[in-house]
Amino acid sequence: MSAAEDIPPGAATAPDTPVLSVEGLTVSVRANGAERPLVEDLSFTLRRGETLAIAGESGSGKSITSLAIMGLLPPPAVRASAGRVIFGSSDLLALGEAGMRRIRGDRIAMIFQEPMTSLNPVMTIGAQLVEALREHEAISRAEARAQALAALKSVRIAQPERRLDQYPHELSGGMRQRVMIAMALALKPDVLIADEPTTALDVTVQREVLDLLRDLQRDMGTAIILITHDMGVVAEMAERVIVMRNGRMVEQGAVSQIFGTPQEAYTQELLAAVPRMGDGATRPGQPASDTTPPPVARLDRVDVRFDIRGGLLGRVTHRVHAVEHVSFDIRAGETFALVGESGCGKSTIARAIAGLVPHEGHLEVAGRVLKGLDAAGRKAIRRDVQMVFQDPMAALDPRMRVGAAVAEPLVIHGIGTEDERRARAADLFARVGLPPEAVERYPHEFSGGQRQRICIARALALNPKLIICDESTSALDVSVQARVLDLLEALKREFGIAYLFISHDMAVVENIADRLAVMYLGQIVEMGSRAQIFGNPQHPYTRRLIEAVPVPDPGHVRAPAPRLSGEVPSPIHPVGSGPRRLDLCDIGGGHLVAGDRAAKEAAA
Amino acid sequence: MVAYLIRRLVAAFLILLGVAAITFFLLYVLPADPVRQIAGRSATAQTVENIRHQLGLDQPFLVQFGRYLAGLTQGDLGHSYLQKTDVGTLIGARLPASLLLMAGGIFCELVIGLTLGVIAALRRGSALDQGLMVGSFVAVSAPQFVVGLLLLYIFAVKLDWFPISGYGSFSNLVLPSVTLGILGSGWYSRMMRSSMIDVLRADYIRTARAKGLGRARVVLRHALPNAILPIIAMIGIDIGIFMGGIVVVESVFGWPGIGQLAWQAIQRVDIPIIMGVTLVSATAIVLGNLLADLITPFIDPRIRLR
Repeated sequence: MSAAEDIPPGAATAPDTPVLSVEGLTVSVRANGAERPLVEDLSFTLRRGETLAIAGESGSGKSITSLAIMGLLPPPAVRASAGRVIFGSSDLLALGEAGMRRIRGDRIAMIFQEPMTSLNPVMTIGAQLVEALREHEAISRAEARAQALAALKSVRIAQPERRLDQYPHELSGGMRQRVMIAMALALKPDVLIADEPTTALDVTVQREVLDLLRDLQRDMGTAIILITHDMGVVAEMAERVIVMRNGRMVEQGAVSQIFGTPQEAYTQELLAAVPRMGDGATRPGQPASDTTPPPVARLDRVDVRFDIRGGLLGRVTHRVHAVEHVSFDIRAGETFALVGESGCGKSTIARAIAGLVPHEGHLEVAGRVLKGLDAAGRKAIRRDVQMVFQDPMAALDPRMRVGAAVAEPLVIHGIGTEDERRARAADLFARVGLPPEAVERYPHEFSGGQRQRICIARALALNPKLIICDESTSALDVSVQARVLDLLEALKREFGIAYLFISHDMAVVENIADRLAVMYLGQIVEMGSRAQIFGNPQHPYTRRLIEAVPVPDPGHVRAPAPRLSGEVPSPIHPVGSGPRRLDLCDIGGGHLVAGDRAAKEAAA
Repeated sequence: MVAYLIRRLVAAFLILLGVAAITFFLLYVLPADPVRQIAGRSATAQTVENIRHQLGLDQPFLVQFGRYLAGLTQGDLGHSYLQKTDVGTLIGARLPASLLLMAGGIFCELVIGLTLGVIAALRRGSALDQGLMVGSFVAVSAPQFVVGLLLLYIFAVKLDWFPISGYGSFSNLVLPSVTLGILGSGWYSRMMRSSMIDVLRADYIRTARAKGLGRARVVLRHALPNAILPIIAMIGIDIGIFMGGIVVVESVFGWPGIGQLAWQAIQRVDIPIIMGVTLVSATAIVLGNLLADLITPFIDPRIRLR
């Protein structure tokens, strides 16, 4: 074992035996009587025990390839129309459903992107594991249960015995993905196809799941096909990489070669667009002027709590402490970022600022105190605060022309004549880099990035002082994300807008934020300028977040992270009690850190 | 759970009180005069007034309704104007037959509707699917007395498989149950089809297939329980629709249930019976809905009653 640690996993066993080889695979979809290829003439081999990454942006055909190997293409429209997938001595494409059933789960297993929806909600975890085992091995229910428990232990899930009788909704996303991995690896398959296995997970959970996959692979010698859009994940996990675009392979090679000396222009562009940590901390931020600009939003000890009712009379028994005693200012013309993992309360703060959820404490936007405003006052606030959401398709009415959607805020606030509004919409389109003629089209005629530009144009329509970007670039491909971030930056300079930028992606935040606050369980644990937080992170949670980000550099050596699989504590407290409030101490230059220990250390 | 049940029962009580008030008021303002029915055409004005006074129908609305409610609290549903019997006794004698018919109807509509819905979903887009969906439209739109007469003609008269009418044996139950259930089976097959199609697209179905499970197991163990969830709530609502159907079906098949009792009472303005049947039906609907809600957590562990 000690000798094997220095060489890549899998190299210890027969190094060049292909366990799976794909030859000339073409997958096509039939639509309107014509066949259109989704994957074209794809060939690659997977060696025993290696990790091969298939990287690409949306529409590159990477997921379709994995479904084709598994024989799970959605019939009848999509089918593998040419090529072979050789596994052992058989061609999987010619095997038929009965033959594939013996392969699936047993010899080739698969885990999917969405742990929240990939487990059956009405079956216990144990039943789903046992079922997979008993499908392929003639064992009793008790034996299968024992094996299921062993599988759960191997994925380092907390309290594995208890999990067997729980239902998926009782587990967090990270735990569910562990269950999926346990299920996939319980039968020790030769090949594991992992389709964006950590994309839906928080960054610290992603770190743990990636570590887990790597350890299990080393122990079992499973070959992994890792499908991902995240070049950081590729650099950390893979030995070889295939870069795909529009259904075709662009480039393939060893991970060091792809990242070090990419040959194709597309690969170079893709790598250039990846946001990287470490660029931002030293980059000068906004010029620190002595006259601090007036804040566009000011929060002073703001709480947001949601009631949970119970008992005979439906009285409030518990409260979700979503936001607890949060204070910060957003100054005119700055980008203030809120970072933290899911459930930390960052989106709830955004909603409170937009007046969409009730709050306690002092919350002031553009000089107006939100509390106690009448309907007219709330409407006025909404002129100054606009939002851009994560999913631009869901944020646009599919039956409304996009020009009308952009002009709608003007209609609501009774601004301008119809001609003026139309001219304004066309002008806004030009501002966000879309042709003004596009106002006549419908949302489905645009790509994801273009749709997000439309949402930004709509947010700009009322000349707001503050735009809240709630994960606004998270759903976009990296190259598109880079362009949208550039657009936001340009608009900020042009109009002097302030952004509240909410994101889970530390690399993006480091590239765009002037100041930021790190949130954990409804409270701010650290706040300061970009240079302060990324150059000198003080709170352990901030450090954990920064260290967990996958680095798009195969040469990067990661410090061994402590194996934590603890779950985030619950923000639900009985009425009358609440979480322990953290005190923020200034350790110099407006760099605030929670906890007095950190403050003392810094002062010493 | 107990708190939930208590709250639901309190709500049920208030609903029934509302139903009683509204029905009583509607019957009060009804232009048809029950006293004329009782007294007959040749009765003198004095006789009519005597009867009216005897029944308390000369009292103001609130007094009448108060008396009725006072009776209800003691389990007294009143006295039939024409049959000279307690309404409670009349309904009690006929309720088992109606409940049996309703159970048969629900059984038929679920078995027919869910089976055909699943088959249509699995063969989506095929000629079979299209045929079944046309059939479901016919089932939904066909009037029940037509369906009943058609079934009677084919299976009782021509083929002589089942008796034409009567009550007491299993073979008596079949045709009325099918007639009652066929309308709902049209609804259920359509709902089940679309629910099943949604579920078959779900990620966990893909997971189940990726485990190497066979098609039968994927459909029966993974898809069906999830697809059936939205249907359960419908069954509770259905009981209300059945109450209407029962009146028709019981007349067609001569089934001695409360539907026939209600029909006769409406024709003769026998208000206590109409009130009694309405309240019993409303109780059945409220309890049916409660039962459907109580069953759901056993199938869907995500649902908590509180």
